[in-house]
Amino acid sequence: MILDIILSGLINGSVYALLAIGFSLIFGVARIVNIAHTAFYMLAAYCIYYGTHKLGLNPALSMLAAIIPVILIGLISYKLFIDPIREHEAAVLIATIALAMAMQEIMLLIFTGDFLGVPHLVKGYRMVFGVKIAYQQLLTFAAALLVLALVWALLFKTRVGLAIRSTAQDREVANLMGMNDSRVAMITMGVSVGLAAFTGAVIAPLAIVNPFMWMHPLIMMMAVVVLGGMGSIKGSFVGAYILGFAEALVVFLIPMGAFLKGSVALSIMIVVLLIRPEGLFGVAFEEER
Amino acid sequence: MKRSRFVLSVLVMAGLVLTVGFPAWAADVIKVGVIGPMHFMQGKGHWDGATLAAEEINAKGGLQVGKKKMKLELVKADSNEFLSITDATSAMERLMTKDKVHFVVGGFRTEAVFAMQDIAMDYKKIFLGCGAAHPELCTRVGKDYERYKYWFRVTPMNSIYLVRVCLVNLATVNGMLKKELGIEKAKVAIVAEKAVWIDPMIKAIEENVPKMGMELVGVWRPSATATDVTAELTAVQRADAQIIFTIFSASVGITFARQAGELEIPAAFTGINVEAQKDGFWAATQGKGDYAVSMSTFVRGVSYNEFTEPFIEKYISRFGELPTYTAVTYDAIKSTLGEAIEETGTLDAEKLIPVIAKAERIGVAAAKSKFDKNHDLVFGPGFATGMTLQWQEGKMRAWWPNGWEGVTYKGMVPYKIPPWMIKKYKK
Repeated sequence: MILDIILSGLINGSVYALLAIGFSLIFGVARIVNIAHTAFYMLAAYCIYYGTHKLGLNPALSMLAAIIPVILIGLISYKLFIDPIREHEAAVLIATIALAMAMQEIMLLIFTGDFLGVPHLVKGYRMVFGVKIAYQQLLTFAAALLVLALVWALLFKTRVGLAIRSTAQDREVANLMGMNDSRVAMITMGVSVGLAAFTGAVIAPLAIVNPFMWMHPLIMMMAVVVLGGMGSIKGSFVGAYILGFAEALVVFLIPMGAFLKGSVALSIMIVVLLIRPEGLFGVAFEEER
Repeated sequence: MKRSRFVLSVLVMAGLVLTVGFPAWAADVIKVGVIGPMHFMQGKGHWDGATLAAEEINAKGGLQVGKKKMKLELVKADSNEFLSITDATSAMERLMTKDKVHFVVGGFRTEAVFAMQDIAMDYKKIFLGCGAAHPELCTRVGKDYERYKYWFRVTPMNSIYLVRVCLVNLATVNGMLKKELGIEKAKVAIVAEKAVWIDPMIKAIEENVPKMGMELVGVWRPSATATDVTAELTAVQRADAQIIFTIFSASVGITFARQAGELEIPAAFTGINVEAQKDGFWAATQGKGDYAVSMSTFVRGVSYNEFTEPFIEKYISRFGELPTYTAVTYDAIKSTLGEAIEETGTLDAEKLIPVIAKAERIGVAAAKSKFDKNHDLVFGPGFATGMTLQWQEGKMRAWWPNGWEGVTYKGMVPYKIPPWMIKKYKK
């Protein structure tokens, strides 16, 4: 049973990590709490559905193609709805909630509330230490690790990353040094939405595509980010796996209460916050800044 | 000045009276409110079934009400009941006050239907339920007949009968495993979403499994909207379950069937999986939904009587998909209501109720249908039984009732055990 819990926890955790990293990035850099983050993930899932089922495209091609329009929609949304009110965090929060709801309603109008599915990139399963794991889940796990490596490389090995980190550290000074903080925020928004779209592309085959599919991941993603420390990418990664393991533990130890797995994960977040209000890596992140 | 104010006031009042009162003046039409979650497949079923019924009635010039023919006019009301019960009650209020409908059909989610039922009863309008299975909706009629007599459940069977059919299905699958694979005492796992209407069903199944010579190895309750149940499936496999009894009405039914198919879980399925009743299930599970089982109302090529198959064909050619049980608004309007109106020659609810309550009708969703003293649909051989489907090689097939209590419908096939289960257990 321990192996079952470890493997299930790793798979669950990878999904949450993929979602939380992008959210954490835009918050860490621009202090934007983008509630619409998982709505972009939903948009990507619908784009893939449209590509595979309506246009007859290859699933892999649809997944790649879905990322571009979603990034564009994300950037346009940023320019129209977020940038003008960026200085007011509460207003941004409300604007992104409205944006997510609008996207949900538009999808509901276009595709109705029917539950849809998109094809797996890799079919079948593999026995890992006696546990059946679908290839698509293994792919998600690998994608989470790859994304983390790419985000790290972007932040620490490129000039754009340097600009992002500088702006995150001190916006005014970065501005005085000639960096356009609004442009940096926009680039970060593009990267963040791109990550949401990529996550949508990888996770959509495991999920049920519907206009409300952004809500549950949003709650879990927020829990992961708060648990790990707002804005800390490392924290998000660790937090995601903690909650992933917590969920697996509930299913295996309390089968009748399997539906409580989300609640138990959120309770863990609350307990951690009571002991360490800044989250697991909040202080470390502040120091980094 | 005073005079012009007076004239203006009169004009405004007249305008208001005309606007509010006009729908009631459109005298030669029978207005039927169709209420349901219209952005979802359940509401689409309500509307499409009602549309077919109204079109067929109107093509013949309408219903004979006394000496005149009256055409049907449908009024669509989006209850949005999956997301908001307040929206559902507002939609029902609007049907009563603004649209001034004569009758209402539809409703799906039990919690919402309770609230909508009360509004219809307040206005003394006949409300033909076509979606919610909770027994209390009808026991209310027995407890307070004068208030709730306007309510009838046209579909589905109530959840007590659903449990009965589920247990008969379970016994059938158990017998098949014994015969085909030599499994003497099958191990049963219940995997049911967390929903209030399911709780009493689980209790009944838990009680009956040992009495039926099987062993219960556990009950798993994932969330109704879970997008990953691999942990549950792994745990079920570890428990060595040979029969998985599912009870799903939400999206988790797709997740479960898809992941169970992907991971080739060596167990036979039985129970309810509402999503499996739809044509779109195969695509939603990405072709992994084979061997999923559900009780249902309509399956292509299977007929309760001579009217079922033409109805299914017409529905598919018109709307491009198989009707699900909410499309039984067709029977609600055409036979339950339409025939009663023609027999009584009136739209008066007080005169229609005793006729609806006593009549036996032949519709498309049962061999025959009639109501019990609580205005609930009667279950049993010769009346409503529903059928149980299984996805086999990408096609929806019906395998029950195939000889149960002497009932067999045209077009039934035998139940199939998944090949990976046969591989594991065949001696």
